[in-house]
Amino acid sequence: MTDFVNNRAGGAQVGRNVTKIDAFKLARGEPVYTDDVHPAGMLWAKVLGSPHAHARILDVDASRALALPGVVDVAWHRQVKPILHTRAGQSHPEPSPYDTVIMPDKARHMGDRVAIVVAETLAIAEQALGLIDVKYEVLPALTDMDEALARTDVLVHEVADPRGIAEGGRSNVAARIDKQVGDVSAALKTCDHVVERTYWLPRVQASHIEPHVAISWLDEDGRLVVRTSTQVPFHLRRILARILELKEADIRVVKPRVGGGFGDKQEMVMEDIVALMTLRTKRPVRLEFTRTEELTSARCRHPQRIVMTTGVMNDGTIIANRMNVTADTGAYGSHALTVQGNTGQKVLPMYPCANIHFQVTCLYTNNPISGAFRGYGAPQGCFALESHIDEVAKVLGMDRLELRKKNHIRLGDTDPLSAKLGEGREGLSRVIRSTGLETAIEMGCDAIGWTRKRPPSAPHLRRGLGMALAMQGSGIAGVDWGAATVKLNEDGSVNLAVGATDIGQGSDTVLAQMCAQELGISYEKVRVLSSDTDLTPFDVGAYASSTTYVSGGAVVKAAQQMRDQLAGVFAEKWACPAGDVVFGDDNVSCGPDKAMTMAELATHALYAAKMQPAATASHMSNESPPPFAAQFADVEVDPETGEVFLRRFVSAVDCGTPIHPGMAEGQIEGAVSQAIGYALFEEVIVDRAGKVKNPNFLDYKIASALDMPEMVTILVPTMEPSGPYGVKAAGEVPIDGPAPAIVNAICDAVGARLCRIPATPERVWRQIKEAGE
Amino acid sequence: MMRITVTVNGQVYERDVPGHRTLLHFLRQDLGLTGSKEGCGAGECGACTVLLDGHSVNACLVLAPEVDGRCVETVEGQAKDGKLSTIQDAFNRNHAVQCGFCTSGMVMSVQDLLVRTPKPSDDDIKEAIEGNFCRCTGYLQIIEAVRDASGRTEGKGGLKHA
Repeated sequence: MTDFVNNRAGGAQVGRNVTKIDAFKLARGEPVYTDDVHPAGMLWAKVLGSPHAHARILDVDASRALALPGVVDVAWHRQVKPILHTRAGQSHPEPSPYDTVIMPDKARHMGDRVAIVVAETLAIAEQALGLIDVKYEVLPALTDMDEALARTDVLVHEVADPRGIAEGGRSNVAARIDKQVGDVSAALKTCDHVVERTYWLPRVQASHIEPHVAISWLDEDGRLVVRTSTQVPFHLRRILARILELKEADIRVVKPRVGGGFGDKQEMVMEDIVALMTLRTKRPVRLEFTRTEELTSARCRHPQRIVMTTGVMNDGTIIANRMNVTADTGAYGSHALTVQGNTGQKVLPMYPCANIHFQVTCLYTNNPISGAFRGYGAPQGCFALESHIDEVAKVLGMDRLELRKKNHIRLGDTDPLSAKLGEGREGLSRVIRSTGLETAIEMGCDAIGWTRKRPPSAPHLRRGLGMALAMQGSGIAGVDWGAATVKLNEDGSVNLAVGATDIGQGSDTVLAQMCAQELGISYEKVRVLSSDTDLTPFDVGAYASSTTYVSGGAVVKAAQQMRDQLAGVFAEKWACPAGDVVFGDDNVSCGPDKAMTMAELATHALYAAKMQPAATASHMSNESPPPFAAQFADVEVDPETGEVFLRRFVSAVDCGTPIHPGMAEGQIEGAVSQAIGYALFEEVIVDRAGKVKNPNFLDYKIASALDMPEMVTILVPTMEPSGPYGVKAAGEVPIDGPAPAIVNAICDAVGARLCRIPATPERVWRQIKEAGE
Repeated sequence: MMRITVTVNGQVYERDVPGHRTLLHFLRQDLGLTGSKEGCGAGECGACTVLLDGHSVNACLVLAPEVDGRCVETVEGQAKDGKLSTIQDAFNRNHAVQCGFCTSGMVMSVQDLLVRTPKPSDDDIKEAIEGNFCRCTGYLQIIEAVRDASGRTEGKGGLKHA
């Protein structure tokens, strides 16, 4: 176990709102994203998507398309070796089922890959799609979870021996979980009250503004280069090597700036396509999804139905808790096991009790594919649990804040589920070593005015307050790791190479701050190179809220090692003990009369001592300390129309000690804006035939500036011993609480409980009518 | 093909374009000005916002032949002599740039706003950027940046991170 409490923190490089390292070029609109630079001779790819949700692809006749001038190649399943894999983009060994091939012989959702066209221009490629003749055998489409569970005569995946599918070849169950601590059924019989409710969570989409886009080519040595908007360059290289039967040595994945990912770019959505077509044509190939393709063929948050059963005593002590989840993974099982695992694992420990039962049935359907999306299962679970706590309080006649305070997890508590459930297998036991939850609750209550609810702003409106508590993790314990290389130059500047993947969240910046802190140099002296599989060391990538906590640990270790080397060089030159050498303010010294600038020491090392100060270090944590959030909503509801006006939203978040408080606040506020959409208006609507009815931003609405309430963001710093400088994660935890906090506020306002989001005006109106009857 | 003459960021370009070419693709592919981004291609996300004769438009909804003889300003024309514009600088100081993909369009919408309304209220700001989706920031730090760019640092919700 690595503890970082002895870091030489306290200097001016961490904990400071420096200018984001890439802000200058981004604000200027420099060509820094994947699609901003096109290699010479580049071909444009388009995917022919299936018009049927479920159909065998019997034959493809591309002769008319190939006859069109400018069309260079068309590929479909008979021409591509079917090597089963998962596109989930996770660590080896992968916990998601191997149910996918590059070009399938059966379409499993509307828009599934049927054929790939590459042409000299985009217009020609688009025109060619209409000239491909396909013979389908249309099969019954399973678009309802319960029907998918009931039927064994229609299977989304018929493979005889699919690796990792829970009931492969026998049913449509992609993953099952059944983990219990204590004995919930027995315990429920001893409780004063048993409260059971069912909650429904919608399909929503990450909607990063930059769509998925990838460009590949062969370099002058014939190696495959893939420049792509990804969160996982190293996983991608490994997966591509296997399914294209290349050596890792012959693949280079380069990540330029990325226009947002939020989990959706953990998935290998298209890199295999451009790579395949480059290998076939020997030419550069570019593919970008349209917004419609993003909403039909990228990945969504898993829709779920959650039954919560809670046993509680009259004094509010929670005795037993059961969460039963039914989830829709869609056409493929990306993250089917692990997202659903998180729904309980990251949520139920908020209220530790002796009896906890967590069950999951995750089903294949012919709906759009589910996958990773910020929060990774926890927003669903948190909505169910935190709505349910309000319901339990109501049954008890107890104050909902007091019920939470009585039962929530505390410092020194053991997370009751952690040992039973990790990343798709047994996990590592987790003890809470830092928590600011009590303070967050107190400060959040104060900021929202919990004890002095304001009157409605107009007589026809009703006003309500709601709250929710949330916890997440910091990386995947014992799985996620990253490495960093530091190298000193003669001007005292440092090259920092990290596998960690900056997708806009600012990891290059905070890692540079940590590096500067350890070396006693200013942040501006650090040059960061990230995520190029040829040039940077390994990292699992940007997911699971891991980068600052895990990759940051690698940066600190590497910088410390190089600092020790420099202390040795300094000590030899000045004949002083290496242990007494002090670094700070771009200077190195030992006592008052022995001092040089970092640039002088670097020049001495390179030209007199003739050694390159440099170090590479790796870091993994066997812990995943939870960040905590207490979130509060102040809403007004028009009971005549069902319209909800979110007036004020407060997030008080313990993400450990923030390295860059301004960017940490930005993470929180961005997460809240996505969660406001989840709560109030976002839903990818799929009809019974499997067709997405709203595949554009006009009909699938995400939050605009006008949708944002008055927002208060409070950082509640704690010192996490296992995190560099006491840091924990910030990226995901604030997306969990807003939906239940807002819905709890609606319920407070109108006395009607919505068990289904988004809380559209129609749903709110109907619920009010139902409650009134 | 049609021949068009258009002034972009003060420079005059003459090009032959197909009639269906959008201004956005004209800028990105024909002129190599890739600062304007395509997030939807349907006028919904605002990432391609440019100024056409001083008014903000979605470049994906304007056809290149329509701008014949007119003036276009893009994000590339904002920084002068390597120095960021007041708006760009305010975005950086207020952490309004996360992934940066919406930033070019945001900057142009804000430019349009501040020319017309040098001292905007928060409601003015929200309305001006309503057509520019940002999925990263939750807009607060962007709104703070616009306040900053307009010289407003007073009162509640004033600059937190300058």
